[in-house]
Amino acid sequence: MSNLRSLTFDAIIIGGGGSGLRAALELAKSGKKTAVLSKVFPTRSHTVSAQGGITCAIASADPDDDWRWHMYDTVKGGDYIADQDAAEYMCSEGPKAVFELEHMGLPFSRFDNGRIYQRPFGGQSKNFGEGGQAARTCAAADRTGHALLHTLYQNNIKNNTVFLNEWYAVDLVKNAEGDVVGCIAMCIETGEVVHVKSKATVLATGGAGRIYASTTNALINTGDGIGMALRAGFPMQDMEMWQFHPTGIYGAGTLVTEGCRGEGGYLINKDGERFMERYAPNAKDLAGRDVVARSMVMEILEGRGCGEKGDHVFLKLDHLGEEVLGKRLPGIVELSKTFAHVDPAKEPIPVVPTCHYMMGGIPTNVHGQAIMQGEDGKDQIVNGLFACGEAACVSVHGANRLGGNSLLDLVVFGRAAGMFIEGALNAGVEYLDATESDIEAAMTRMTRWNESEEGGETVPELKAALQDIMQASFGVFREEENMQKGVKQLAELRERIANAHLPDKSNTFNTARVEALELDNLMEVAEATAISALERKESRGAHSRYDYPDRDDVNWLKHSLYFPATKQLKKRDVNFKPKTMATLEPKIRTY
Amino acid sequence: MVTNITSFGRSGLSDWLMQRVSAVIMALYTVFLVAYLLFNPGLDYYTWSGLFDQTWMRIFSLLTFISLAAHAWIGLWTVTTDYLKSTPQRVGAQMLIILAIFVYLVWSIQILWGA
Amino acid sequence: MSNLQVSVYRYNPETDSAPYMQEFQVDTKGRDLMVLDVLHLMKEQDSALAFRRSCREGVCGSDGMNMNGKNGLACITPLSEVIKDNKLVLRPLPGLPVIRDMVVDMGLFYKQYERIQPYLQNDTPAPAIERLQSPEDREKLDGLYECILCACCSTACPSFWWNPEKFVGPAGLLQSYRFLVDTRDTATQERLSELEDPFSVFRCRGIMNCVAVCPKGLNPTRAIGKIREMLLAEAT
Repeated sequence: MSNLRSLTFDAIIIGGGGSGLRAALELAKSGKKTAVLSKVFPTRSHTVSAQGGITCAIASADPDDDWRWHMYDTVKGGDYIADQDAAEYMCSEGPKAVFELEHMGLPFSRFDNGRIYQRPFGGQSKNFGEGGQAARTCAAADRTGHALLHTLYQNNIKNNTVFLNEWYAVDLVKNAEGDVVGCIAMCIETGEVVHVKSKATVLATGGAGRIYASTTNALINTGDGIGMALRAGFPMQDMEMWQFHPTGIYGAGTLVTEGCRGEGGYLINKDGERFMERYAPNAKDLAGRDVVARSMVMEILEGRGCGEKGDHVFLKLDHLGEEVLGKRLPGIVELSKTFAHVDPAKEPIPVVPTCHYMMGGIPTNVHGQAIMQGEDGKDQIVNGLFACGEAACVSVHGANRLGGNSLLDLVVFGRAAGMFIEGALNAGVEYLDATESDIEAAMTRMTRWNESEEGGETVPELKAALQDIMQASFGVFREEENMQKGVKQLAELRERIANAHLPDKSNTFNTARVEALELDNLMEVAEATAISALERKESRGAHSRYDYPDRDDVNWLKHSLYFPATKQLKKRDVNFKPKTMATLEPKIRTY
Repeated sequence: MVTNITSFGRSGLSDWLMQRVSAVIMALYTVFLVAYLLFNPGLDYYTWSGLFDQTWMRIFSLLTFISLAAHAWIGLWTVTTDYLKSTPQRVGAQMLIILAIFVYLVWSIQILWGA
Repeated sequence: MSNLQVSVYRYNPETDSAPYMQEFQVDTKGRDLMVLDVLHLMKEQDSALAFRRSCREGVCGSDGMNMNGKNGLACITPLSEVIKDNKLVLRPLPGLPVIRDMVVDMGLFYKQYERIQPYLQNDTPAPAIERLQSPEDREKLDGLYECILCACCSTACPSFWWNPEKFVGPAGLLQSYRFLVDTRDTATQERLSELEDPFSVFRCRGIMNCVAVCPKGLNPTRAIGKIREMLLAEAT
């Protein structure tokens, strides 16, 4: 394999979404030889689809707002398995990161006094849950993700970041000591495969919502970073925690922002009843997303769903009036007309809980350094490997992410990873070079697909099978027997994928090959999710089990850690030690 | 970007403005002539020639012809840069156009003052 | 009626000496699918068919293409909007080099975008909080910042077809105006001085194809007019 060309960088960032671009910006400014490797042109990354906003205590809507209140909401929203040192870091550093974005040019909407517009979002409170609903989500109309991603890309242009656009990272390269020293990547346009050498490899590859049949996620969200890390033998944290967004458009799966409910919209069942008043008397439609999604499913299961099949509910917005809709939610009006054939100024939008966000991922510390567990059960840093954004599990979202916290996560931890890597590179890091056999190991699956022979099943049918298994066995509500079945089906599916066939072996812009490589990653994510979900025997946040309906703080106030080699689950301690304030003690979670 | 040495005013803005100003002048001239013809239904050679004997009419006419020349130059220069991608062809065509416009302009002066 | 006839542009430089149109029969089961859904059904028939796609909801700008003669985003274009005589003709965006099938080389398009310095420039020290901006001033950015760089407009523009190296094109100019009109940007003079040559802005002939095809309903021609007005105000 020595005929592989190699490219050498100080840091390689895999993924051109919000967190990758924010990390890249930090490193580009520092003058380190950095490249962003992205399978799509960066502004096509999924961050672009984020709508409602970026939650942060910038004290604009409320001059007395406090990042500690935001932290309280975040930890409570995460059902107390968010790491409190990480949540503290995100919420306290947040304002700095948001103001930086504004200075870079992000076109935030504004209040009359010229400050950034903030709207209410789910799970937000003042004064540690005692002061009523807060309005803490900074917004650029309902296109905040688009505005944020474009602003970050633009500033990377300004700082001459090197981009390897439409390149696909295949697998991590580890040296003899287990340090990550780069990756194997393929230029999609030419099919050329290269060995990218780097002292720091940042996985900013985003989520993997495409393991489910119904998802708000882009088609590119196939968990590539998670797949690479799992194949390299690294553990995954809290992979059972998948957020189902209450308002995906029925049938199409496209997202309708929580900002709709923040602006005053609410959910109704077939009787026209505002049912969230029964499930969350205080926060109502702005309870945590897990709570709202479960309530919707309960309504549907109890026969109060809307439509011919009674399998969805309605989001009512018409009472807001055309002016508010046009000014605050113009994108939603467009999407509803296109995908639901409904004008929200006149009729309610049919919605259903839809897979939206992966709370779990590669365990990291606040500097983005990937973590594994030593034999003594203690945390160990993985040399050379970093993760940030949705692919990482810092963990600030715990068992359920609050709306608007994902964009904050991206910029705060993208920035943090960039700053840390700059420092580490300045201090000097040297790892052993990868040997021929190390590189060959990372080429295994590429070679497998390229040599696959006719007779095997094709990628689209296997992908559909995987998505159906996940949808059927690991949805909003879960239960032992059904999950057992799902895990077994996945094991069989893994065999089928190992024998699958790639008919098109050409080199020029071969999207079939990319989709085959993505399927491997979906498989890894799905299995990690399934086994983690089966093993966590309680209900917490987004993980709801019929057979274990209660939260079990005695046994499960822990992160789960899935080990790919043994396919077993271990536990990892949650951090309860914020640096500047008292621990937020777990309480019963009500809204 | 290299300055375009064959464009009329060496600047897109000045060409753009000139094209609009020259268009206004040509429009005014056209309106004037049409009105003149309407108000003089049985127009004969002496009246027509008398109009062009007056200095203001000669200046107005000359201004219009210069406008026409500039307008044509800017317009045709644009056409050559759009469609003629080979430099010798383009420069050749531009020289021919400039020559033709120059000849027409001199000819028109000769007509105006030569009678 | 549920069998749709699709004619699609095919070209793989490794095997084809020239591009050709290939016919597909797609069973839509009578549904009013989006064109992107149809492409996915075609890819199930022939996995070698190459096209770009990502968000499938009209915000990432990956799947700009020419559908029955008009540029648009495949993911938000329902068949009922484009179909003629139950036939759909799909071609890559016109005017850019084809890499393979529906995939074009967007290099020139991105180069023109980068040329207008698409980032906020402000030479005053940043405050500890955000820079203030009135809602009225912010409103000036509406209809500009929403651009998704899909290239539907620029590749529908004859001026861009003839001079893709020199004419910025509607997409780039829309973004240029987005920064010119942003009250937080202080590089107005420098930006304008980069634009006054005969090509960058002035090659726009007001054809307005850009306005007709923009999937986000934006109006680059209007922005170009505003840039001309600013240039005129500066230079006279």
